[in-house]
Amino acid sequence: MAKLELRHLNKTYTPKVIPVKDLSLDVDDGEFLTLLGPSGCGKSTTLRMIAGLEQPTRGDVVINGEVVTSKAPGDRNIAMVFQSYALYPHMTVYDNLASGLRLRKMPSEEIRRRIAEVSGFLGLDSLMDRKPGQLSGGQRQRVALGRALVRQPAVFLLDEPLSNLDALLREQVRAELKSIFESMQTPVVYVTHDQTEAMTLSSKVAVLNDGYLQQLDPPRRIYTHPANRFVAGFIGSPQMNLFDLQCDGRTAILGNARIPLPSSITPPPTVTLGIRPEHVELVSSEVNGRGHSVQGKVVLVENLGMSDLVSIRIRGTDHTTLRALIPSDRPWRQETLTLSLPAEHLHWFDAETGDRLYSEPLSLPPERPQERKEVR
Amino acid sequence: MTTVHPPAHPPAHAEARPSRFSARTLWLTVAVVLVVLFSLAPILWQVLTSIKVNADIAAIPNVYFPRRFTLQHYIEIFNRRPFLNYMLNSFFVAFTSTLLCLALGTPAAYALARLRLPGERIVLASVLIVTLFPYILLFIGLLEIVRATGLANNYLALIIPYTAINIPLTILVMRSFFQQLPRDLEDSAKVDGYNTWQMLVRILLPLTTPALVTTGILAFIAAWNEFIFALTFITRESMKTIPVAVAQISGTAVFEIPYGALAAATVVGTLPLVILVLLFQRRIVQGLTAGAVKG
Ligand SMILES: Nc1ncnc2c1ncn2[C@@H]1O[C@H](COP(=O)(O)OP(=O)(O)OP(=O)(O)O)[C@@H](O)[C@H]1O
Ligand SMILES: [Mg+2]
Repeated sequence: MAKLELRHLNKTYTPKVIPVKDLSLDVDDGEFLTLLGPSGCGKSTTLRMIAGLEQPTRGDVVINGEVVTSKAPGDRNIAMVFQSYALYPHMTVYDNLASGLRLRKMPSEEIRRRIAEVSGFLGLDSLMDRKPGQLSGGQRQRVALGRALVRQPAVFLLDEPLSNLDALLREQVRAELKSIFESMQTPVVYVTHDQTEAMTLSSKVAVLNDGYLQQLDPPRRIYTHPANRFVAGFIGSPQMNLFDLQCDGRTAILGNARIPLPSSITPPPTVTLGIRPEHVELVSSEVNGRGHSVQGKVVLVENLGMSDLVSIRIRGTDHTTLRALIPSDRPWRQETLTLSLPAEHLHWFDAETGDRLYSEPLSLPPERPQERKEVR
Repeated sequence: MTTVHPPAHPPAHAEARPSRFSARTLWLTVAVVLVVLFSLAPILWQVLTSIKVNADIAAIPNVYFPRRFTLQHYIEIFNRRPFLNYMLNSFFVAFTSTLLCLALGTPAAYALARLRLPGERIVLASVLIVTLFPYILLFIGLLEIVRATGLANNYLALIIPYTAINIPLTILVMRSFFQQLPRDLEDSAKVDGYNTWQMLVRILLPLTTPALVTTGILAFIAAWNEFIFALTFITRESMKTIPVAVAQISGTAVFEIPYGALAAATVVGTLPLVILVLLFQRRIVQGLTAGAVKG
């Protein structure tokens, strides 16, 4: 039973450098929270404040109902995996794993039992007598992970633990991490700037930018209902198409097309319209298109293997390009394309504040086959 | 371009290689021998002189490689003069000041490397400037201080200045060493539950041993060899250090310079340093190259 709460955390280095401005969130038992955001948005700073390696300027860190803000890292019952692994170079793997337990005066029988258990399932058994210098990157990563696991802490903290691994190994370890932490009833806070990691691992994702929490939701909802323009542009690859449009009454003007706003919206003077490239559909003949169709000249085709990323210049605009993801098996080799923008996949944001303009009921829409695409 | 080019040089070339290689080896060997001779010649000469009999030392033409060997000079310096005593004095002074240097300089270096201190640059700059001070200026000032405090004929009069003079070097070397230790390592130790003292002793110290040994030896050599302070501040015979004692050997006889005893004393005075360096050689090399590659 453990719970981590952050209450109005703020970290001010200098009046100009304030990586974390006001952050509050809860992580419950068995929850896997990922802090996601662009480089320099304060993810590591937040994690270090939770660990106690950095003192917050304002606000509190609460573990299991107890305010630990002024406690030393060693007294908080947390374990952390560092990006650089930070293994002790002069100790063997066994001593690396045991050091945190020995400091807590745990009987050596119990230490041996825990290490045997963890090393068995991380495959470290044959490496126990080696020094970190004699290990490969992937093995070091495992030892670092093992060192956190043997502690059986109240909260796990991981700061980009996979970023030093090559792509193939990263995928493999990612899957292992998922199964390890799924079986454990301990809150996990995981820092990454890799969307795939965030989407595949977490039960909740916190998108950070500019020192503020932008959105805190399960991965699927972050993808289907971005809370604002920033999240919409940051999550998903290829990036969402975002257009700043003038409104004429209840319709937004996109080139020659006029797109009605949903009835639930009180239209501001200008709106931002968003649609993901994978949701833009190719229309074979103009009549049978679902939603609103736009036409344009093809200006760029990028082959992504499974599909083509096609950019068109929308007719009736100067430079507005729309990107669409078209499955490679669809024939479309024309110079001019007609694409449709299905109404259920349109995202509307206030162009001024960037906030999402309407939100559907919180329950998730039933999954539809075309939404199954992995977000990468 | 991904065209594959055939190798530019046909492998037939390889036959010519061994002879060229051996010529290079030859030149290299000659050069190494010359350099070694050049730097070791004075020491070699001292060693040879110290085991020659007096007649050979004074002989004209020079006897370079003696036929008759004697340990007379060594016996002389230990029997007629308290040479063992001098060595112990030197050792005590050099060892204590080295320990003080490391004990005071290492925490300072750590603070300068890790903590964001106000005025850090000023502190560093002044540490550097201290090392640039002309030695002789320091000496005149120190003489006054020693007189005023009545520290003459007290080991403190040597230990304190030696420590002070060597501390800047300790701070600079240790600081650059601490700087290239990954910061995460300390953070990870803190999360593991090490308190500051345990972290210093169990994590940082084992990792810094090479640097400690290197700077320690440098400080020790400087203190062991120092002459002017030792000559001036210590006048009591039983407290003198090796460099002073060696210099005094030539001063005792008016009519002839006792080259043999002098050479023996020099060898005896240098030997401990040589042994020390050889003992820690591996560690020193580690320490000197520690900054070269990211660990
Ligand atoms: N000790 C410090 N003093 C001053 N500024 C700092 C300090 N540590 C971090 N910062 C600043 O705080 C901001 C956030 O840093 P942080 O390390 O939290 O970023 P991050 O989100 O982890 O980025 P990345 O994805 O690149 O790791 C950065 O602009 C950084 O320059
Ligand atoms: Mg970071």
